[in-house]
Amino acid sequence: MNYKQPKKSPLLEVYDLQTWFPIKRGIMAKTVGYIRAVDIASLYINRGETLGLVGESGCGKSTLGRTLLGLEKARKGKILFCGKNILELNYRELRDIRRRMQIIFQDPLTALNPRMNIVDIITEGLVEFRLIQGTREDHAKRLMNEVGLDEGAMYRYPHEFSGGQRQRINIARALSLRPDLIVCDEPVSSLDVSVQAQVINLLMDLRDRYNLSYLFISHDLSVVSNIAHRVAVMYLGKIMEYGPTGDIINNPVHPYTKALINAVPRLDFEEIEHKRKRIILKGEIPSPSDPPSGCMFHTRCMEAMDICRERAPLETKSGLHGVWCHLVKSKY
Amino acid sequence: MLKINNITVTFEIDEGIVRAVDDVSFHIDRNEIVGLVGESGCGKSVTALSILRLIPLPYGRIETGEILFYGKNLLELDHKEMRKIRGRAISMIFQEPGSALSPLHTIGRQMVETILLHKNITRKDAWNIAEAWVEKVKISDPRERMFAYPYQLSGGMQQRVMIAMALMLKPDLIIADEPTTALDVTTQAQIFDLIRETRRAHTSILLITHDMGVIWEMCDRVLVMYASRIVEEGTRNDIFSMPAHPYTIALLEAIPKLSADKGRLKAIPGQVPSALNYPAGCHFFDRCPKALDRCRDEKPKLVNLGNRHRAACFLAKNEL
Repeated sequence: MNYKQPKKSPLLEVYDLQTWFPIKRGIMAKTVGYIRAVDIASLYINRGETLGLVGESGCGKSTLGRTLLGLEKARKGKILFCGKNILELNYRELRDIRRRMQIIFQDPLTALNPRMNIVDIITEGLVEFRLIQGTREDHAKRLMNEVGLDEGAMYRYPHEFSGGQRQRINIARALSLRPDLIVCDEPVSSLDVSVQAQVINLLMDLRDRYNLSYLFISHDLSVVSNIAHRVAVMYLGKIMEYGPTGDIINNPVHPYTKALINAVPRLDFEEIEHKRKRIILKGEIPSPSDPPSGCMFHTRCMEAMDICRERAPLETKSGLHGVWCHLVKSKY
Repeated sequence: MLKINNITVTFEIDEGIVRAVDDVSFHIDRNEIVGLVGESGCGKSVTALSILRLIPLPYGRIETGEILFYGKNLLELDHKEMRKIRGRAISMIFQEPGSALSPLHTIGRQMVETILLHKNITRKDAWNIAEAWVEKVKISDPRERMFAYPYQLSGGMQQRVMIAMALMLKPDLIIADEPTTALDVTTQAQIFDLIRETRRAHTSILLITHDMGVIWEMCDRVLVMYASRIVEEGTRNDIFSMPAHPYTIALLEAIPKLSADKGRLKAIPGQVPSALNYPAGCHFFDRCPKALDRCRDEKPKLVNLGNRHRAACFLAKNEL
């Protein structure tokens, strides 16, 4: 794939981010340990770019997305949005940043207040930021047209819509404040295949129209490969590999990425079945409260060596493609 | 082995009567994995439940049709006879293992209970059989795990237990209703490996899923369901290389493929119609790119396209 890195500095840069949740026990609620949901993860997103974040459930991908928006508290690290570290901003400075970063959640129904109609839902942010010119209805109409909803439905309530339409309402709300970045947390996972494609197309159109950046979080590599320019693969709170989508799909380097891609059920009818070597990972994901020593993946890795158990691998980078694996150095 | 003829299942709800399954017929041969694919609400789970007569009473009713299992009509059996079929001859794997297992009993106890219900053996023998199966589905430390409660196991392990329970009485048919939907892809691959192995034990499988990728990986034959009706039926190769129904064609095109080529997906316009007001003719009428006037009022029947490939579309025959 011929994806070129833009020259300008990234819209969002994340360095060594850590989000840990304390485990509390007993009546004194003493902290007995931590769940290391995000444990030293770095990434960046350019303007107009979509970064896909993939991994299995519990790997910390949603927590990472939520931490970017300040919905979870980061323990350590830096989050630079337009060059400003948002973890150091005070409440008032954060307010403007909050307008520019929005989120679309996985379950479109629980993300919408059942007692508010569509006009109120979509324009709530505009009212809060005093950005209303004209009536709320005018804004709602414009936004509903934007996401392909019939404006005649604007006084209806969320339960009257289908799943795909509800997700469109969520998208309209996220769009209302003209954000720069939208964190899409599994936005199509709860939708049917035939509707999924509509919503993915809509997200791509909006991205191109408004030069939006997305952090597209999903467990579904096929969906991510269709929308993302670059992909980062996460496992147990750490990023294992990242790079342009084509590189990751066609030439994965990390054994985990390879296994993940291999496990995706594919409709490759042209490809002869036996040509594809099946890699089936053994065992289960270790608990993030007691992560393995060395490389996080060594307990399930087929190519694990002694050093993997002892020392965490460092990043090996070539161009836009980076990987954390001891094998890389010994091979190249 | 299993032959279903023209079953129609209706549910009575506040808003009216819903036809969840509308005149569905199909068969499953011995040692065959048949996939039933469709979107949520299309009636695929209800079809599965009706085979075991697990439709919730009194709201749901199997209106017409027959379900022949080795020539015996399951719909005519009394409750006692039906209980002998369930679990023993036909067993089921549900989508959410967490809610299908009892949270109050250890998995060992649940498994033993199932065995004792169908077999006249001692509790100790039953325990040994159960433990052997726990080991067969590749759960580590089977001896200790027998004493575990479901919440102590991960989703993948719970599903393994469900599979062990479904297999241990050596049924002729296993109905797997979205067995891996709640699981991660890497765990899904492990479970599929296990399901493929069970086929060697001459068990047929009806695999219900919404994922065409799963169908491609697992099934010999495919039934495509849309809005309570079967719209196409054929071997895996028929369905994937020469789909005949416009819905099947559109569905295959709408699926995001794992590739680096970016571009718009071919989405199917509109939404699945509500079961309360299906179109009078073909249920796919208002979303179909090739709809004819005739499709508005007339329901197309499944027509044979040769070699057991059938499609319910007026256009199917001409285009092939």
